[in-house]
Parts: sequence; structure tokens; C-alpha cells
Amino acid sequence: MSDKTPIIELRKVDKSFGPIDVLHEISLKVHEGEVLCLLGDNGAGKSTLIKTLAGVHAPTRGEILMDGNPVSFARPKDAQEAGIATVHQFGGTFPLMSIGRSFFAGVEPTKGFGPFRVYDRKKANEIAVKAVQDFGITRIDDGDRLVGGLSGGERQSLAIARAVHFGARVLILDEPTAALGVKQAAHVLRIVNEAKRRGLAVIFITHQVMHAMAVGDHFAVLIRGAIAADFRKGEKSREEIADLMAGGESMADLEANIEGYMETHEGHPPAPAR
Amino acid sequence: MNTIRQFLRRPEAASVISLVGIIAFYVIFGGVELGTLFGAASWVNFAANLGIVAVPVGILMIGGYIDISIGAMIPAGSMTIAILSGYYGLPIWVGILGTLALGAVVGLVNGILTTRTTVPSLIITLATLVVMQGIVLSGAKLLTGAASVSLTSPEWAKAMFGSLIGSSHQVVILWWLVLTAIFAFVIHKTRYGNWVYAMGGDIVSARNAGVPTAKLTIALFMLSAMSAAFVGMCGAIQFNSAQVSGGMGYIFNTIVSIVVGGVLLTGGFGSVVGIFFGTLTFAVVSQGIYFTDIDRNWSSLIIGVMLLVAVAMNESFRKLALRAGPKRKRQAT
Repeated sequence: MSDKTPIIELRKVDKSFGPIDVLHEISLKVHEGEVLCLLGDNGAGKSTLIKTLAGVHAPTRGEILMDGNPVSFARPKDAQEAGIATVHQFGGTFPLMSIGRSFFAGVEPTKGFGPFRVYDRKKANEIAVKAVQDFGITRIDDGDRLVGGLSGGERQSLAIARAVHFGARVLILDEPTAALGVKQAAHVLRIVNEAKRRGLAVIFITHQVMHAMAVGDHFAVLIRGAIAADFRKGEKSREEIADLMAGGESMADLEANIEGYMETHEGHPPAPAR
Repeated sequence: MNTIRQFLRRPEAASVISLVGIIAFYVIFGGVELGTLFGAASWVNFAANLGIVAVPVGILMIGGYIDISIGAMIPAGSMTIAILSGYYGLPIWVGILGTLALGAVVGLVNGILTTRTTVPSLIITLATLVVMQGIVLSGAKLLTGAASVSLTSPEWAKAMFGSLIGSSHQVVILWWLVLTAIFAFVIHKTRYGNWVYAMGGDIVSARNAGVPTAKLTIALFMLSAMSAAFVGMCGAIQFNSAQVSGGMGYIFNTIVSIVVGGVLLTGGFGSVVGIFFGTLTFAVVSQGIYFTDIDRNWSSLIIGVMLLVAVAMNESFRKLALRAGPKRKRQAT
């Protein structure tokens, strides 16, 4: 494992907005065919980390390496061209556009020449439907359907299939299962496994420990902008991870209560013991 | 049955139904003879002038923005050509180019302000609407000393922009049909159209997908301001004079036409064909009433009711469109 060069690596990345330090010395590695689960409660700095990876923010200090070479992204587009694709919670697709049209938004296939270059609807629909079906979503068979008519899981799958089709090597999934029901979430998790099987490096952001355990090879827990724990699959139990996310590293006696407390208190951890 | 279902899923469905409904209403309750109505020029002329503005403004609305400064751009367009080619006696082509250039500049300003700030385009174009009214009024007073300027155009300009076909139909009808066809082609058949829909659907995703949203927005604003200036220019050539007032009615008339035509006010949905039929419907309601036994004061009421009915239809048809596509076989459960 360690002799291979990771597709993407962060070395001591700091990010500050003016006087406020959001990320502290983040170091992470993701290899091909590997899923890194980034866990953390709201406000832990997950979004800032994603945005730094996706080229929205430049790191204040530290460096990002792809295939061992340092890279810097001035714009999100640079990151995309380097093969880093971000899929957001709601799929980032256009509800009132057809599957084919939204799949190819910005990079439409055309036919004809000169001023009569027309959008090739048939080709777009065929490619889009095939790309989604290859990911195991066989229910999508008509590229003219509107995206808004798909379920949340199908929309996520469409967005992931789109990213992979356009050459993504690093897939950042920003809470893809947060807004979904159990069945739909399972759907998305299967897609994540498929992406992994195809050799992509996946960064899966979530605060649902169960979902992380289902697909993750490698876990990093983010607390207040720093990596509080970094471990591989099987090294920690579900309870330990949930406990870490809640910020109570050594409160073994609270372990059992924390999850129950968080569930009934909108995800907030209990106040520290005095 | 399947064809009807597919038709109902299209954005223009409600506008076509509204048009047929209005004509039927006038025939049944207003005693209109269809031959007289279709032979009449008044509503077609009205639709053409409105339509040349409504199509680009409607496309802008599909892209997620609105432009109400067109209300000032119509008199601005007619005053520009009248001042340049009428008052100063410059060649007519200078006036034409000057008019279109003014439209391009105002559209550019609208577009740049919209893309560089987070102020809604309604407010930005409201500001440019008022600013342009001021510029046109004081500019005309300053340069010519009058609020009305006469214009004599050479034959060819008259023939192209301001003549009558068959003694009653304005030549702008041809411009309307040609421009609508070009816009329909670009919006529905080329990639640029896809960009407009993507931008109206979700501008951040569109930008991330590689759509040049800022350039596209500026281009759309320029098109709408130039079209409004063009309509004003044709009016000045047609009637040999230009006034500083007028044009304000166009603001609401275009919005009604566009919304009846099935464009979603928040962007991302609609069609050029729909806007075309929406404009026709609006023209038939407001001008066709003169051919009926109905007192014409009722026309605003009819327009209001029609707007509500059309919007309600649009809502339900859009829901229908969002459901499964035509090819999907759904077993009843």
C-alpha cells in the first residue's frame, strides 16, 4: 500500500480566512480504488477542506500533490481539469432539463458544421443513459426524462456517473446521503463502491457513521479544523468513531449515551463534563 | 392519446390552449367572425412589435433574469434614430447603427451590473429603466429642444423597417417571424440554448460544468436591449416621427406574454415557441376585442383571468412533465 503514490495527497495544509484559522495542518492521502471517509460534525471544517481540494480556496500554507507532483488550483475549473470532481448534496443537476441535456451541460455533443452545428440529442441521450446504467441504475432508460422526475438517489448517481464519464479521478462526495432515505442511501453507497472498483479515489464526506463504515477503507475525523483521528477500516468500532466525532476522546462512560443524545438533540454533542 | 400527453408536457402547451380558448370565447360570446379576425392587421401588428421584444426577454427569463429596462429602450431607440438621422440629417444607416449601438451599450451595462453584483436583475433594470427615461427626455430637450422629433427615411429604409404589406400589415411582422425562427433554432437546437437552460436551472452548477455564465448573461441582456431599441427604431421609421414617451406598457405586456407562453419566472424552463404563442394570445385578447360585441373595457379583466388560467395550466403541465417519460412502462400497483 505505502509503496504506491497516492492520487491525491495533502501535506500540512492550513487555511485561514483573515485572522480565523479554519484548517490546521491537514495531511491526507488517497490512493486509487480507495474510499476516504471524512467524518466530522457541522462546523468542523469539512466544507472548507472540500473547497480547498476543489480549487475554490487556495491553501494558506502546505501543499496539495497529485500523483506525487505539487499542484495549485486558481479556479474550480483547474481542479476539474486535473480530474477532481465534486458532487454536492443535491446532485448539482438541473431539475427541469432532460437527462441527456443536463448530463452534457457545458460540453454538448454537436453535429453539422458552421452556423448549423446543432445539439446532438440522440447521441447525448444514448451516452448519458449508458453511463448511468453502467453504474447499475437500470431504471433510467430514457434520456428525455426530466432530471426533476428522478429520485434523490438517482440524481446523485447521475451526477457521479457524469463526473466519471468526464474523466474524474478523484471524486469528492459532499454528504451525498444526507438528504436521502435508507433505501436511496443504499443506492448511492453501491455507486460509491462501483466508483471504487473502477479505480477512482473517493473522498466521502458524511456525518453518518453507518454510511461511512459501509464503504470506507480509510477514515479521518475532523474536529475544529484538525484531524483528530486517522485510521483504517476495522481499527475502530462504530461507537468509538461516533464518540470521536462528538469530540469526547476519552469519555468512555459517555460512549453509550452520546449517540442517543445526538439523535434527540439535532446532532449536537452533550456539553463537556465538569 | 400518447401524442396529446407528449404535447401537454411541452412548455408551450398552455399557451396554445389559451390561444384556442380565447378565440373560441370571442367567437361564441363576442360574435366574432373568424375570417374577419384572421384577416385583420391590428392584432398581428401589435403581436409583431411585442413579439420582437418578448422573445429575447423571455430567453433572458429562461436564463434566470429579467429585463424591464426595455420599457425605456423602445422610446430611446426611436429617439436615437430620429435625432441622428432626422434632426442632424445624418445618413439613415448611421441612425440605425447608432440605435443598435445604444441598445448594445445599455444591455452591456445591465449585464455587467448583474454579473458583478448580487443585486437582482429586476432592481438593476428598474434603475436603468429610470435612468434611460431621464437620459432620453433631457437628451431630447437638450439637443433638439422638443419632446418629439420628425424623421424622413429614404425609400429602402422605409421598405425594410417601416412599410405596410398589403396596405395594413406592417413589415415588422416579417422581422418578428424571422427573428423568432432564428432564436428558436439557437435556443432549442444548439449548445448555446442548452447553456441558457442550465444557467436558469442552477447558475452555480452551470458554471461548474463549464458554461461561461457571465458572458452568456451579458449577451442575453444585450440582445433584449437591442431588440427593444430595434422595435422603437422601426416605429420611428414607420410613423416618420419619434416621441420621448411610450413604451412603458411593453414591460407588463411582455411579461404577461412570456409567462402565458410557459416560461418559468424563476428560470430554467420555457420555449421560444411558447413565447410566440403567448404573444399571439395576448395580442388576440387585447386587440381582438375590438372585433367582438364585448365592451373593450373588459379586455384587461380577460387578460388577468387568462394569465391566471395559463399559469395554473403551466404548473400542472410542468408537474406532468416531471413525472416519468413517455417510454417508461409503468405497471399499475
